[in-house]
Amino acid sequence: MPIARPTDLDGALASLSEVPSAHLLAGGTDAMVEITFDQRRPEHIIALRRLPELRGHRVDDDELTFGAMLTYTQMERDLATVAPGLAMAARTVGSPQIRNAGTVGGNLGTASPAGDTLPWLLALDAQVELRSVRGPRQLPLADFITGPKQTARQPDELITAVRVPRVEGPQHVAKLGPRNAMVISVAMAAVIVDTTNRRVRTALGSVGPRPIRASDAEQQVSDAIDWDELTCPDEAIARFADACRDASQPISDHRSTADYRRHAVGVLAARSLRRCLAT
Amino acid sequence: MSRTSTTTRDRVRDGLGQDADRPDGTPKVTGAFAFSSDLHARGMLWGRTLRSPHPAARIVSIDTSAAEAMAGVTTVVTAADVPGKATYGLEHADQPVFASEVVRYQGEPIAAVAAEHPELAVRAIEAIEVTYEVLEPVTDPERAMEAEPIHPDGNVFRHLPLRHGDIEATGEVVVEGTYEVGMQDQAFMGPESGLAIPADDGGVELYMSTQWLHVDRDQVAACLALPPDQVRMTLAGVGGAFGAREDVSLQVHVCLLALRTGRPVKMLYSREESFFGHVHRHPARMWFRHHADRDGHLVKVEARLVLDGGAYASTSSAVIANAVCFAGGPYRVANAHIHGYAVRTNNPPCGAMRGFGVVQSCYGHESQMDKLADALGMDPVELRLKNALKPGDELITGQIITGTAPVREVIEAAVAHPLPPEPSDDDPAIALPGGAGLTAERSDVHRGVGFGVGIKNLMFSEGFDDYSTAGVLLELDGHGQPIATVHCASAEVGQGFVTLAQQITRERLEVEQVMLRPADTAIGSAGSTSASRQTWMSGGAVELACDAVREALFERAVAHGHLALDDAEHPLFDLRDGQVVEVGGSGSIPLVDLLEEGPIERTEVHRHAPTDPLDQDGQGNAHVSFAFAAHRAVVDVDPDLGVVRVVQVATGQDVGRALNPRAVVGQIEGGIAQGVGLAVMEEIVLDDGRVRNPSFTDYLIPTALDMPEVLATVIEQPEPGAPFGAKGVGEPPTISSTPAVTAAVRAATGLELPRVPIHPEDIALASAHDG
Repeated sequence: MPIARPTDLDGALASLSEVPSAHLLAGGTDAMVEITFDQRRPEHIIALRRLPELRGHRVDDDELTFGAMLTYTQMERDLATVAPGLAMAARTVGSPQIRNAGTVGGNLGTASPAGDTLPWLLALDAQVELRSVRGPRQLPLADFITGPKQTARQPDELITAVRVPRVEGPQHVAKLGPRNAMVISVAMAAVIVDTTNRRVRTALGSVGPRPIRASDAEQQVSDAIDWDELTCPDEAIARFADACRDASQPISDHRSTADYRRHAVGVLAARSLRRCLAT
Repeated sequence: MSRTSTTTRDRVRDGLGQDADRPDGTPKVTGAFAFSSDLHARGMLWGRTLRSPHPAARIVSIDTSAAEAMAGVTTVVTAADVPGKATYGLEHADQPVFASEVVRYQGEPIAAVAAEHPELAVRAIEAIEVTYEVLEPVTDPERAMEAEPIHPDGNVFRHLPLRHGDIEATGEVVVEGTYEVGMQDQAFMGPESGLAIPADDGGVELYMSTQWLHVDRDQVAACLALPPDQVRMTLAGVGGAFGAREDVSLQVHVCLLALRTGRPVKMLYSREESFFGHVHRHPARMWFRHHADRDGHLVKVEARLVLDGGAYASTSSAVIANAVCFAGGPYRVANAHIHGYAVRTNNPPCGAMRGFGVVQSCYGHESQMDKLADALGMDPVELRLKNALKPGDELITGQIITGTAPVREVIEAAVAHPLPPEPSDDDPAIALPGGAGLTAERSDVHRGVGFGVGIKNLMFSEGFDDYSTAGVLLELDGHGQPIATVHCASAEVGQGFVTLAQQITRERLEVEQVMLRPADTAIGSAGSTSASRQTWMSGGAVELACDAVREALFERAVAHGHLALDDAEHPLFDLRDGQVVEVGGSGSIPLVDLLEEGPIERTEVHRHAPTDPLDQDGQGNAHVSFAFAAHRAVVDVDPDLGVVRVVQVATGQDVGRALNPRAVVGQIEGGIAQGVGLAVMEEIVLDDGRVRNPSFTDYLIPTALDMPEVLATVIEQPEPGAPFGAKGVGEPPTISSTPAVTAAVRAATGLELPRVPIHPEDIALASAHDG
């Protein structure tokens, strides 16, 4: 099995252009599991670890840019101030070893309905940057993920970065699983009380085929919030929870039931909003 | 840990009663320890098993020709290639080496291949074409009892009735309940693996991680039509067992492949395959009715216990016996009427797991004791103390407890521990239910406290000829210093027998250097590393062998006139400070001088007191000895989301004598982890006989963040008849910790929760409906 180890982005794009079926290897935390379980038998691999262009993050006045190879540990450690919700989401991923290896680009590329960074990114209207030898393009995350573990990435394209607008205001991410750590979520909620734009942003994970933007819930509760005091009537928070439940499309599987997921995602959304308003 | 202790003796460094270091401790921590998965032989092939995807099917045809034709694939074997007995099993040989006509559970082996590379072996397995006629699986044990037999031996492994006292007796206060236990997995870390090397004499050498070398050997030999001495087994590094390695997994397959190819063959299960490759804990459905008088004295226990044994017998008949014998719990119960059934279904086979049948019934009887306390308006701990067994009391099997039974003491020790601090807003968020997911704040959380007490029989019961063998060699090393070498087939599975064997030998022979030979079948059987039995059984065998060596030393001293004997007719000798001395006399001779004549080696067999079978009413002196533990659990529950954080488990445990207190605490903490797991997360999820979660991604076991603080007190009352007075300690921590945690969750939520593990939806959706 040939493994390409490009040392810069152009080299990686050239390799990918030659063998678009190649499997892209970032932290390997999804790929190695699939290979071990014999669900994936890659013919070619392109290893991305050596690409300087994909590393790190950038804080600009109006936006944040996360390199595709930014690890969960880096998000947890380096972004706790500028992107607290993302840091919370990153902390919920696996064990320290997994967080050292796994990347935001990998989370996007795998596009699992349970991807832990995805609700927060979706709530912030993240833009996914893609690049191929044909050139760059960018897609809203909402369009990038097309289904469970399905994306709009073309075979010769590489995810290079993901960008979100920089907004002020409290945020909280809550992830629910039947164990206190190292667990795949059965429901997740990301809530950002965006005081810059005076709107609540919220997205839900593990309650549908893709992460779900709860737009109706956002709209209703944004209208109910007193933006000067950052308070909200209890009934409005309860309606917000119900609207998030209505937005969810959960299934029953071996991890949980649809009823529980629907119930829980409302609890998570309401509590996350309360925590934001309380701060 | 605190101890209520009788004796301590520090005469010998790292002798009995001390926290001696494990000989394998440093290599395990540094990664240098060779587990069975690390085995390697020059020129070895890789074996792999083809398994049925269906829980129930008729095999129409098996075509191995494409696999056999693949380059690098050395051989493919099926049932037709098994030269000896077609089936194996611990109690009844009802399980085929390979299924040939029907498959009875998902994952049942159909064929095995040997290939030059593990990936090739995977490809070869895929190239085998099996045509199945898929059948409707029988997965409900109640239905299975009435259904057409799944197997020629029938669908009921054992029906065990128990009638004790007046089965018509009634109490003034009666409580009734039906409880369920899901299928728990042992979840050991090191998956099944072994290396078979064909031998020049036509036999085979098998290096294997297992719990019982000799019973493996006998089953392998029978299936391969070899005399037992041509199957030579050596224990390879074991990464945990908990019962899952008591049954044969790949032993026959890998030996057959080695003999067919004439080359060493290694097999190593993946984690997923491991879930299909070993037995699990029996799921149970249990009905109980408890009768008591107004003062809370138990009058009668009635129960109907149905255990799902899955497709093959394994140890089901012994598991159901334990469930029935201890359905009354560690309490005086004058009258009992119980029916236990272990049933065959198309679910995965179930067998031994830590607690062995008692885990299930303890969850039932302790749930009932809480219900009874509630009905009586009595404190649950007081109710248990009122009924606690004590020495001289009779069990519901009619057996009188002749040994120690500190039930009151373990209960009092458990409740004497301080409760954790009251919840506070300053608690770290990660310590709340939901943990790292940050799902709750303190105000979302309710605290609950629960209690459980358990009894466990030690060693094999019902008339089984249970023994262990050990050899001890005492000689001088190259520097003229005495060195002892212990040989015992007792499987070290992590519990610390290797440490204990050294401690016993140091203590009895007063030598600092104690080596251990590999555990193998070159010596007689040590029995299984299960049933909390190796400290008593193999510890006893090592003690006997040491004593035989001492006797030989004394004889040598006398025979050679080294000792100036006083006039006593039967002089007494002792070993002290490297000298053989005459007790009460003046003579002495250095040990090293006696060993200059040559080494001394003795091998001894140790048996526990015999037991009887149970009669038609489930009565008889079927058990050897009993150990007790009590657990008090404190939990935080988030009722809206249904998630639980176990905050603290306090325990009192009857250990007889703590021969290595650090190892005892290790067993207590590990056992509690497994009990907590069964209470709140661990379950093999089945859907029509199919396992839905065969991975550690989805079969969840407690992490460090799920593990409570453990406060332990060991009660040391030396057990008469037990070597050094020590009882086995491995199982009791697992047994009553589960009902204690469950009771605490019930206390926090007010819900009935009649099933473990408790899943978040059981709490959250019930709370939502209540609210």
